[in-house]
Amino acid sequence: MSRILVALTDLGVGEAGTIDHIRLPSTDQQFLMRMGFVPGARVRFSRRAPLGDPSVYSVDGTEIALRAEAANCILVQRDCLSRSGELP
Amino acid sequence: MTVTPAQSPMAAPGRVPDDPSSDIWTVALIGPPNSGKSTLFNRLTRLRQKVGNYPGVTVEQRMGRLAGPGKEVRLIDLPGVHSLTPYSEDERVAVDVLTGRIKGVPRSNAVLLVLDANHLSRQLSLATPVVALGLPTLVLLNMADVFVKRSGSLDVLKLAAELGAPVAMVSATRGSGLDAVERFLRGDYDRRPASLLPILQDLPQWQRWANELSRRIDYQRPLPSVWTRRLDDTFLHKLWGPLIFMVVVGAVFQTVFGLGQLMSAAFQDLLTRVGQEAAPFISNGLLRSLLLDGLWKGVSSVLVFLPQILLLFFFVGVLEDSGYLARAALIADRTMRSLGLNGKAFIPLLSAYACAVPAIMATRTIENKRDRIAIILIAPFMTCSARLPIYTLLTAAFIPDRPVIGVLLGARACAMLLLYLLGFLAAIATAKLLKSSILKSAAVPFVLELPEYRRPTWQSIGLRLIDRSRVFLRQAGTVILAVSLLVWVLEHVPVHNGHSPGLEHSALAYLGHGIEPLIRPLGFNWKIGVGLLTSVVAREVIVGTLGTIYGGDPATQAMTLQNALRQDLTLAGAMALLVFFAFAMQCTSTLAVVRRETNSWRWPVIQFAYMTAIAYASAWAVNAVLSRLLR
Repeated sequence: MSRILVALTDLGVGEAGTIDHIRLPSTDQQFLMRMGFVPGARVRFSRRAPLGDPSVYSVDGTEIALRAEAANCILVQRDCLSRSGELP
Repeated sequence: MTVTPAQSPMAAPGRVPDDPSSDIWTVALIGPPNSGKSTLFNRLTRLRQKVGNYPGVTVEQRMGRLAGPGKEVRLIDLPGVHSLTPYSEDERVAVDVLTGRIKGVPRSNAVLLVLDANHLSRQLSLATPVVALGLPTLVLLNMADVFVKRSGSLDVLKLAAELGAPVAMVSATRGSGLDAVERFLRGDYDRRPASLLPILQDLPQWQRWANELSRRIDYQRPLPSVWTRRLDDTFLHKLWGPLIFMVVVGAVFQTVFGLGQLMSAAFQDLLTRVGQEAAPFISNGLLRSLLLDGLWKGVSSVLVFLPQILLLFFFVGVLEDSGYLARAALIADRTMRSLGLNGKAFIPLLSAYACAVPAIMATRTIENKRDRIAIILIAPFMTCSARLPIYTLLTAAFIPDRPVIGVLLGARACAMLLLYLLGFLAAIATAKLLKSSILKSAAVPFVLELPEYRRPTWQSIGLRLIDRSRVFLRQAGTVILAVSLLVWVLEHVPVHNGHSPGLEHSALAYLGHGIEPLIRPLGFNWKIGVGLLTSVVAREVIVGTLGTIYGGDPATQAMTLQNALRQDLTLAGAMALLVFFAFAMQCTSTLAVVRRETNSWRWPVIQFAYMTAIAYASAWAVNAVLSRLLR
């Protein structure tokens, strides 16, 4: 299994991934983690705001909007399932 | 993973920390934001609640009473928190209240922990530290009705055993399952010895622990709401989203402004009528003048804003409770960001066009304290309805009614639009200035939770309205009453032979003459000066004051106020006065609310000084330039 990490913003709408780490200062990391963006959590890119940014992500059953500047710093491992359309 | 007996050093372990000398029990209500905690609080306490700030901080304190069995129970609604690790001011306050470290707030005897059953696996991480405090705790899994309907499931008894605290499924909106709270407060649940709970260092560990716990209690997450997805497909649609947004905003603005204005006018009539009806019952002339002309007029000049405020809060309440407000903030964020603000500032700034007072109260949805203070400081620059009387008077008196763009836009409407624009630009410039200097905040990532759409309930909206009008009437009312009294006294001293002097010889006129040298460079005379002084109470007061002054002057007695002003004021001076009112902080109610919301005199003082300075400088510039040009 490859360990290629992509930023949250690199996911396509509808694609999902598992959070690996957050490339932000510790306090900002904590802030995002409290909203559910913890390493190991599954995130799905649900939709873009009408004007393109922020984007809405689904974490643990909650819909949360992030600006690209923060989403860029959240690195995820893309789900095989959503990428190839087959079961892993 | 370190496993330690949960014995918090703050609480005496093993017994209920009940103060035997008092029959009042203090119970804290804690839970993450959007867990329906406030709805539950309202449901439990109904109207027996009071709102204020915690001493020294801007965090809202809500206390309510419960007619408990035997004992009186005081319920404290703590701010919504994600964890007990104090990162934000809200969390610090929550922890301090729970452990009794805030002066004036009694230490809690028990805790009601509210978690959203639908997002339990995330919210469970809050349960452990709360239970670990060692206080008797009842865990309430809220929104159970939705949870069950969407085929979510869990083993409640297992969860109770794991946490070592009773757990109940409730629905705050439906009011179901709340008898559990009653039984808990009666002490019906046996207090088990605190179970072994982990003390973990960081959030990922907590989350892993919470995930494992969810598995152990057979937690089945409910299916996502189909309705929410469908509505978002429309409300966040590339094309329809912004369109609906604009329609909603336009409708709210139009109603608050149009209908609100009408309601305010009707209310004003009613208040005036009450004053007139009361007049014959007060025989003493001076007393009548004090009570009716002084106090009643002053207080009712503020009361007239109540319909608008209620209307605005009705809409904000419906939008917020239904979940649309979060979507509106999402759509507005892009535009607001280019102005250096975030999407959540949008509703308060829009409201400020009606009145800054509710706008400032509406800033509570902004979590970042510095952002919130920045919005509070710029809100009064937005052209509020109280500026309209003086704008209308001066434009009608000094600007000829010529068409500018055909019949569509006349010169007077054009002047009005310019004044609106002026206020808006001042607000934006001030925001930029503040955000790059004293209110520069470490760029906290913008995070906005989009809750599921829900049907707003009348109960929740009604309570909000009652709550806000209480705050408005009490806080703004006391200040207004005092200032009105002061102005009236200044109007009626010095007393000669038991008679008060005419306005011309009153202390107020003396003050007007006193500040005349200061305002002469702006093109104003002493009469305008008196108007500026009295309008510190509220902007529209200047029109009434000028009416009284020119009406009492034999030279201008027979003229309309417009004609009298034209005789007395140059065009340059009139324009300077308009600009002065566009910028100046002439509103005691706003200052009172700013003081209340920021919990310090510092911000209202800074705001008053800053806005007055800008008003003065620009009025001076306008007068200087125009009088040279028009010579």
